[in-house]
Formats: sequence, C-alpha cells, structure tokens
Amino acid sequence: MLTASALSCVRGERRLFAGLDLAVGPGEWLHVQGENGAGKTSLLRILAGLSPAAEGEIRWQGEPIRALAEEYRRHLLFLGHHGAVKEDLTPLENLTLAAQLDSTALDEVEALTALARFGLRGREDLAVRFLSAGQKRRVLLARLAVRKATLWILDEPFTALDVKAVEMLSGLIVEHVTQGGIAILTSHQSIPLPNGKILKVGS
Amino acid sequence: MNASFASVLAIIRRDLLLAMRRKSEVLTALFFFIIVVSLFPLGIGPEPALLKKIAPGILWVAALLATMLGLARLFAPDHADGTLEQMVLSPTPLGLLIAGKIAAHWITTGLPLVLLAPVLGIQFDLNTEALGILVIALLLGTPLLSLIGAIGAALTLGLRGGGVLLSLLVLPLYVPTLIFGAGAVEMVVSGMSAAGHLSLLAAMLAMALFFAPWATTAALRIALE
Repeated sequence: MLTASALSCVRGERRLFAGLDLAVGPGEWLHVQGENGAGKTSLLRILAGLSPAAEGEIRWQGEPIRALAEEYRRHLLFLGHHGAVKEDLTPLENLTLAAQLDSTALDEVEALTALARFGLRGREDLAVRFLSAGQKRRVLLARLAVRKATLWILDEPFTALDVKAVEMLSGLIVEHVTQGGIAILTSHQSIPLPNGKILKVGS
Repeated sequence: MNASFASVLAIIRRDLLLAMRRKSEVLTALFFFIIVVSLFPLGIGPEPALLKKIAPGILWVAALLATMLGLARLFAPDHADGTLEQMVLSPTPLGLLIAGKIAAHWITTGLPLVLLAPVLGIQFDLNTEALGILVIALLLGTPLLSLIGAIGAALTLGLRGGGVLLSLLVLPLYVPTLIFGAGAVEMVVSGMSAAGHLSLLAAMLAMALFFAPWATTAALRIALE
C-alpha cells in the first residue's frame, strides 16, 4: 500500500502541484495523467524517493519512505525516461548486470526467456547500440519480467513500442497487478486495463 | 551484506567490461603517460645527473595528468543514460556502489600506470632500489588520485564546461600526493630512507578510502535532485 498526503512540488519559481493525495493498494494500478510539463515525471521521481517533495509525506505500508530507505527500494522498480541500458553491452549482459545491481538472483535461462518474450531472441549477444529505439526499450522492459518487485513506477512505458510490444507490456502489467502488485504509470494514451485509478496532475 | 558485496562486484565487472569494449579511452591515458614521460629525456638531452634528479617529479606529474584525463567520464555516461538513478534506487547502499566504481577506475587507469612506471623510469637512469620505491609509492598514490578525483567528478557532474572546472578543483587537492609520492623516490635517489614519505601516503590513502566514497555519494545525490 502506497499512500501520499498533501504532496507539493516546486520547480524553480513555479509550483507544479500542491495538496496532492493518493493511495494505491495491492492489486491496483494508478494512471497519472496531465499535460506536458504538468509535473508527472516530477511526481514519479518524488514517489520513487529520487527527489524530495517540497511538502507532504509518502508512506509505504504505513511507514514513511525516508525512514524505510533501503527496505523500500527493495520493493521498488523505477523505469524513467532514460533507459539505464548500456549501449556497449549486449541485452543479456544488461539484464544480468541490472539484476545483480538489484541484488536479485537471475540465471541465464531466466534472462534469455525474458528477452525472448520481448521478441529479442537471436539478438541477445548483439551490442545494444545496434538495436532500434523500440528494441532498446524492449530490453528495458524485459527487466519488468525478471525483477520481483511489488511496486512498479513506470514513466511513459509505452513510448517507442509497436502494437505487439504494447500488448505484451499491458499483459505484463495485468499479470503483475492480479498477483497483488502495484503499478503507477504515466501515459498520454488511455489504457484499457482493469482495476485502474486515474490521477490528474496540474490543471 | 553478502548481497551488497555481489552488487559491488557486479559494478566493478560492468565497468571493466565497458572499458574493454571502449579500449580507446584507457589506451589514450596510457599513451599520454608514456609520451609525456619520454619527451623529457629527449628534450633535455643525455645528462644523467639532471635526469635522475627530475625523474620522480616528472613521472608523478605525468601520472597525475593521465589520471585526470578519464575523470570527467567517470560518472557522466552513467548520469546520461539513467544508470546512476538505478544505482541510487538499488537496495545496496550507494556509497558501496560508488566505491566499486572508483575501484574499477583505478584498475583501468591507475594500475596500468603502476606497471608501466618502472619501465619508463629506466630512461631516467633510476637504479633498482629507486624503481622499487617508485612502484610502491605509485601503488599507494594512484588509488588516492582516483578517490580524490571521484569527489571532483561528482561535484562537477552535469555542469557545462565541467572538464575545466574539474581540473581546477582536483589538481590542487593532488598536491600532497604529488609531494610525498615524488619525495619518496627523491629520498632513495639521494641515499635516505623513504619510509616516512610512504607512511604518510598510506595514511592519506586510509583516510581517503574512508571519506572519499562518502563525500562522492553526497555530491552525486545533490547532482541528481
């Protein structure tokens, strides 16, 4: 259960949003909507604990996330605008190194299955810089399939994906949510997935 | 604790792998070191007494500048592609991961300098004893350069013209290392014991090992906010 109360965010001189409350429980997902520059990414970064909120508090299972620190991060998977994918490494290396960074065990078979699921079979050993933008994005999303995190925070996960990949990602999110996971994501498209809540930022 | 250790090893392995894929960056620093050190005997001419006297200083200054070359790229690529964010969000404490990155930086830039220095020292007519002390001093000093440099690299992360600022910030901090590192070799050349200088280098290294990853982490957190 992730709750936030009276969040506000200030960027430079401008107040992006104020008095924002939200609560997402197990089996639910939250669609953060808003115009360009409304503060969607800022909100997600605050929720992930990457930047501090100007005011307000975020609680995970009733405890403030500042106090939980590493305990909170163990349950969290954050995917931002930047891929965190190394261009000089292969998809397989990227995936296994990311898993080791998260201190989760990932054997090669699991990693290869996840990559194959995202249509990267046969490209496991090709440096990522030779892949297309959409394929790079798929390498990133393969992490969702292997990381056992409860809370997913995804910033524009559908960008640069083709129809088939969008379907696969939607399927992955539904699977995650029905297993009692929580997902928070931003997207400009409407997403027809069950159990969703909508939060409008700025106005 | 075990899991944290595995993450640190993963960071070191990743950075070494990346250095292997981009050999040019590592080799540039190495060739810079070799060429700068070799230019002095050529420029000064065959005067063994003079060369012997200036050798420690030249080798150390060249090592210092060669370490500087790669510093700006220590955190910049990770910052640009979002890896740094993921490191902050990793369950492993950021300080440990940063220590891993600094270790990888030393293995790719500092260690090759240590191994090359005795070969280059021969050009300056240094005897075996002096070459031995040179290697020990560099072995203690180059990790210190990586550790101090990492603080500077973190402080200038994401700044425009950060490269110049980085040199202005870090080079003065390298002065104590330079004085005691070059001093140790000079002592041996003039027939005295280098123990005092080496002990001071080791003490500085112990202090930097403790404080530098912490200071670097604090600077990186500010850069990311």
